[in-house]
Amino acid sequence: MHEPSAQYKKRLLRIKVNGRWREDAVADGCMLVDYLRDTAGLTGVKTGCDGGECGACTVLLDGLPVLACVTLAVRCEGRSVETIEGLAAQGRPSRLQQAFHEKLGAQCGYCTPGMVMASEALLRRNPTPTDDEIRAALAGNLCRCTGYVKIIESVKAVAGLAP
Amino acid sequence: MYAFTHHAATSVADAVKSVGEGKFLAGGHTLIPTMKQRLAQPGHLVDLNKVAELKGISDNGSVLTIKAMSRHAEVEASDVVRRAVPGLAALAGGIGDPQVRHRGTIGGSVANNDPVADYPAACLALGATIVTDRRRIAADDFFQGLFTTALEDGELITAIEFPHADKFSYAKFRNPASRYALVGVAVARRGAQVRVAVTGAGSDGVFRWTDAESKLASNFSASALDGLTIPASGLNGDIHGSAEYRAHLIGVMAKRAVAAA
Repeated sequence: MHEPSAQYKKRLLRIKVNGRWREDAVADGCMLVDYLRDTAGLTGVKTGCDGGECGACTVLLDGLPVLACVTLAVRCEGRSVETIEGLAAQGRPSRLQQAFHEKLGAQCGYCTPGMVMASEALLRRNPTPTDDEIRAALAGNLCRCTGYVKIIESVKAVAGLAP
Repeated sequence: MYAFTHHAATSVADAVKSVGEGKFLAGGHTLIPTMKQRLAQPGHLVDLNKVAELKGISDNGSVLTIKAMSRHAEVEASDVVRRAVPGLAALAGGIGDPQVRHRGTIGGSVANNDPVADYPAACLALGATIVTDRRRIAADDFFQGLFTTALEDGELITAIEFPHADKFSYAKFRNPASRYALVGVAVARRGAQVRVAVTGAGSDGVFRWTDAESKLASNFSASALDGLTIPASGLNGDIHGSAEYRAHLIGVMAKRAVAAA
């Protein structure tokens, strides 16, 4: 078996995070989730299964939902990443976040940032999704409190409303 | 994650030259979790993300060519695919979940040859050609068992060519959690020739169901498969379904695929 190289090689990563460009030294083997949490301080991004199964680490990469736990940070050079922290404006939650709050879409809350980001991607592409379209868009996000009905109601509550 | 180095290849030639004992990185949704579990520990990854030669979908009227780094979501949404082989766009739209479809690639899926993946069944049923940096390989020769293909070390898939069919359809009974195929059956008809490929079930990976092919060649309808069974020996059994259950599902999914074709 090939021996891993002895040292972490770092390189300068230029990346747009929640609308602002930053430059950071990042190891080649660093995952996007660890970069966002540990370097950028955006702990709204959650590590769940750490293996691409649960969707808790979902962020938007150039507007599309991706799993930050299986995406290398260096692959995001020159690209735009959005996390849950980017949705609030002037400290006020977005309509979608407010809906998750009001409709009890969050129970323990651990899956919530991933659920919200996957929903956000859906609503930007399709502002008036049906229940089935919401379910399909959230198929990659697991909630172990099994609060799926309330989550779908939360997304429905903002469907068709201006952001 | 352990330490490894990453090289963003700029061309197919650069990728093949620089891979050495490392691995090619396509969508990363299989390789990266595998590395996290230390089931593979390459010291070097060659990233194919920026290789323009590996992107794009085209059709010449008889053969649909999908370059290796095409994402599942791109195949699903492609008007070219929808016109040429509509069942293939539908198959891509049924892979995994949105996060997976936005990153996963056809080349990565075919190279990995996961026994429960969807694309290998389509390649085998449609008689696809797997194009690499050095040669062209017929799907019949390409898939050689669990996670095993005809690819040599350092050989890179550049495109998959799908000849058009009169009819093509893929029916999948998916695991509700992983959305992988518990059993998936792809059916393609070209004139009197019919090919049926089964994924998710074979203990040696994707395979052709030749008994069903000959029944369908003379009568391309779901009822032609009435009474036809496949033995459970040689099929996978696990906590999700016994080999006998999978054998039954193969018949059911084959009929659904024919009915939808």
